[in-house]
Amino acid sequence: MDWRRFAVIALVIIIMFGTVVLVGIAHDSPLVIITSMLATTIAVATPLTLGALSGIYCERAGVVNIGIEGMMLGAAFFGWLASIYMNTIFHFPAMVSLLVGVIVAILTGGLFALLHAVLSITFKVDQIIGGTVINILATGITGFLNRQMFFGAGSVFGGQVPHSPGVLPRIHIPLLADIPVIGRIFEQQPIALTALALVIITHFILFYTRWGLRTRAVGEHPRAADTVGINVIRMRYMNVIIGGFMAGLGGGYFTLESISSFEPLMTNGRGFIALAAMIFGNWTPFGAWAAALVFGAAQALQINLQFFRTSIPPQLAFLQNSYVVGLAPYILTMLILTGLIGKTIPPAADGKAYEK
Amino acid sequence: MADNIIVLEAKSISKQFPGVLANDRVNFDLRKGEIHALLGENGAGKTTLMNILYGLYRPDSGEILIDGKEAIIHSPEDSITLGIGMVHQHFMLIPVFSVAENVMLGDETVQHGILDRKSVAIKVRDLSHKYGLDVDPQAQLGQLSVGMQQRVEIVKTLYRDAQILILDEPTAVLTPQEAEDLFRIMRDLTKRGVSIIFITHKLKEVLAIADRITVMRAGRVVGSTTPKETNEAKLASMMVGREVILTVRKEAAKPKEDVLQVENLHVQDDRGLDAVRGISFNVRAGEILGIAGVQGNGQTELAEALTGLRSIKGGKIILAGIDVTGKPPRPITEAGMGHIPEDRQRYGLVLSYTVADNMVLCSYYLRPFAIGTMIQQEAVDSNARKLIEDYDVRTPSPYVPVSKLSGGNQQKVIVARELSRPVKLLLASQPTRGLDVGSIEYIHKQIVAMRDRGVGVLLISAELDEIMSLSDRIAVEYQGQIMDIVDAKQADKESLGLLMAGIKSSETLKTAA
Repeated sequence: MDWRRFAVIALVIIIMFGTVVLVGIAHDSPLVIITSMLATTIAVATPLTLGALSGIYCERAGVVNIGIEGMMLGAAFFGWLASIYMNTIFHFPAMVSLLVGVIVAILTGGLFALLHAVLSITFKVDQIIGGTVINILATGITGFLNRQMFFGAGSVFGGQVPHSPGVLPRIHIPLLADIPVIGRIFEQQPIALTALALVIITHFILFYTRWGLRTRAVGEHPRAADTVGINVIRMRYMNVIIGGFMAGLGGGYFTLESISSFEPLMTNGRGFIALAAMIFGNWTPFGAWAAALVFGAAQALQINLQFFRTSIPPQLAFLQNSYVVGLAPYILTMLILTGLIGKTIPPAADGKAYEK
Repeated sequence: MADNIIVLEAKSISKQFPGVLANDRVNFDLRKGEIHALLGENGAGKTTLMNILYGLYRPDSGEILIDGKEAIIHSPEDSITLGIGMVHQHFMLIPVFSVAENVMLGDETVQHGILDRKSVAIKVRDLSHKYGLDVDPQAQLGQLSVGMQQRVEIVKTLYRDAQILILDEPTAVLTPQEAEDLFRIMRDLTKRGVSIIFITHKLKEVLAIADRITVMRAGRVVGSTTPKETNEAKLASMMVGREVILTVRKEAAKPKEDVLQVENLHVQDDRGLDAVRGISFNVRAGEILGIAGVQGNGQTELAEALTGLRSIKGGKIILAGIDVTGKPPRPITEAGMGHIPEDRQRYGLVLSYTVADNMVLCSYYLRPFAIGTMIQQEAVDSNARKLIEDYDVRTPSPYVPVSKLSGGNQQKVIVARELSRPVKLLLASQPTRGLDVGSIEYIHKQIVAMRDRGVGVLLISAELDEIMSLSDRIAVEYQGQIMDIVDAKQADKESLGLLMAGIKSSETLKTAA
């Protein structure tokens, strides 16, 4: 991450925040609006951040993972399903059910990743195809099971969507959350906070530990790693599966933290936007996180503008159209991927199967 | 230097690959503190033997003794533990890592779970100082020269306390000066008790540095000797299995009209810097003009400009009477240019195409190979069979991808293609780089034969010996300019060396006076 990239990110975020402040100035003070925007940005950037971290683990080890979208979708479904089973059928308290849901989501991501690892590392299937398989598989399985279990005659829940255990509660971090007005930024739900912690942890692992050095070596020049006694296959498997856990947690955000229901295809391209964030951030955790915040801000813009809909000045009337604002994250992705900012350099052996 | 303690012994090693017996009951031993050269042509089984010693392959039979004890080597880790270090021909280094990171990879020093870069850097500096390697642990590897990267590889092995060092073709990628430095480092290492296996196919180097020489051919050890007991000719015939003529036999040239005239040529390199700065020369039919010079003095850009692969900034190129200045490659080829490119795999061949297809790369669109838009497979095939026969290309069939062939045979495919056309000028860039003695001899013969048939030859080579033995006239290029053009008969190594360093002999005379 160079300063230019951070400057681009800062500029885009300032423009988006500025828009909301301009529109909402009649209702609230700028500080309140910015705080609210920031809190929303961090929250909605969560799956993007985790998806990007997932990509970083995989690709730093030399395995391209375009299956993040599918891993998140699968995790969203199975995590939610687990929490409902725990709550409705086994009558566990809501909190316990939700935590089990999170664990199942993480494991689901790991399981999909294992499939990707077997395909792309052991069987050396083209990694793009392996990722596509995951995406199609996840769409199919979740769509099918969702219908079989909740709708139609003879389904498990008899055609009725059961009462869900709700969503994970906000955590009140002492001191930080007690700061007047801006304290609200830090009052986030657990997956969002974990994602922030994981950004720092991943940076530390990648650049300060033996594991990280070996992971990067395997992604840059696997044969060199092999000749100094590093087990390339094992390193790749482990990192892809860790990446799966990240995507799984990101999937859990949709159904256990954001809203308490599942809809087919609800990840809605977030896995791919996460990949864009990873590339924009040049395969570094902080860079990817900053990029995820840009996309998050675009979404926060959309959400916050809804509050101030009535006060949008006539000059900015196009902002009343929710389609225009809703498109912002996708347009950003396109602009960024088509080279809004300089060259990014992927790991040298990214996407190449290792042959002895 | 060399004691008589045997530190490594390979006994009757055999290794079978599909279709080839790569090692056939090979015996090899290494004494403490010696440089033992393992000499052989490409495919003789040298690298296979070393990969067995380093644990990358397992032998089918035979045993390995380290310090007299039987050693079990199943992986590189095992051999590292036994004190064996290997510097591979293609470096096993990661360009985006620092030197220290490259050195410690796989054997990291960790404090409280955090990589201890500092202590590794200190150790690298100590080793570097002890052996005169001059390696900076903080430098990013990708920024270093090839010679410096090789030293990092050596530090990597020393960091793991290697007592036995295997150097696989270490000079193939080095400039003559870097090679000299390497030899000095090798001698320093042996003085400190390190034993070195030096794999190469360059005879002069072996005679200059080795204590003992073992020659391999077709998977077998054909003999062992010392530099005192042998000479280049003897080693060459051991390697190839027959008499090899190392000096090129040729009659005096009978030059005729100009086939290439270059006037005040200016060319830029990839970074937009001036690489060729106002070069003028001519090549006549029936002569070989050699261009000598240390690599990176504009030879590559000159060759690319002449063949239309690089745009030119100024000047004029006339090929066989036709002005081809600024023309793309096809009209230049059609005007009579034959090109043996410097990087044969990137610019000379389409590696995934068959031998037969590669042999018509310049003429596939012409009769008889094509009628209209249709390729005439029969004509392509019969052309390939004829060229394989005429140019002695060793290939299982005309239909295997050319990537499966050895370097020497790949070069023969290019030579066959270029020389079988009616060319008026042959531009040969580094035509024997990386080739074994047998192939070099063959290519040299072909180049002289072309000259005798009245073709003008422009030979660009970084090997001064090659330039001197083939050329009729020698031009020395230095920093994009021709220092001087001399008659080959009057040229000697010293004066050419001075020109290559940018010093004109008249200047030296002046300073001497």
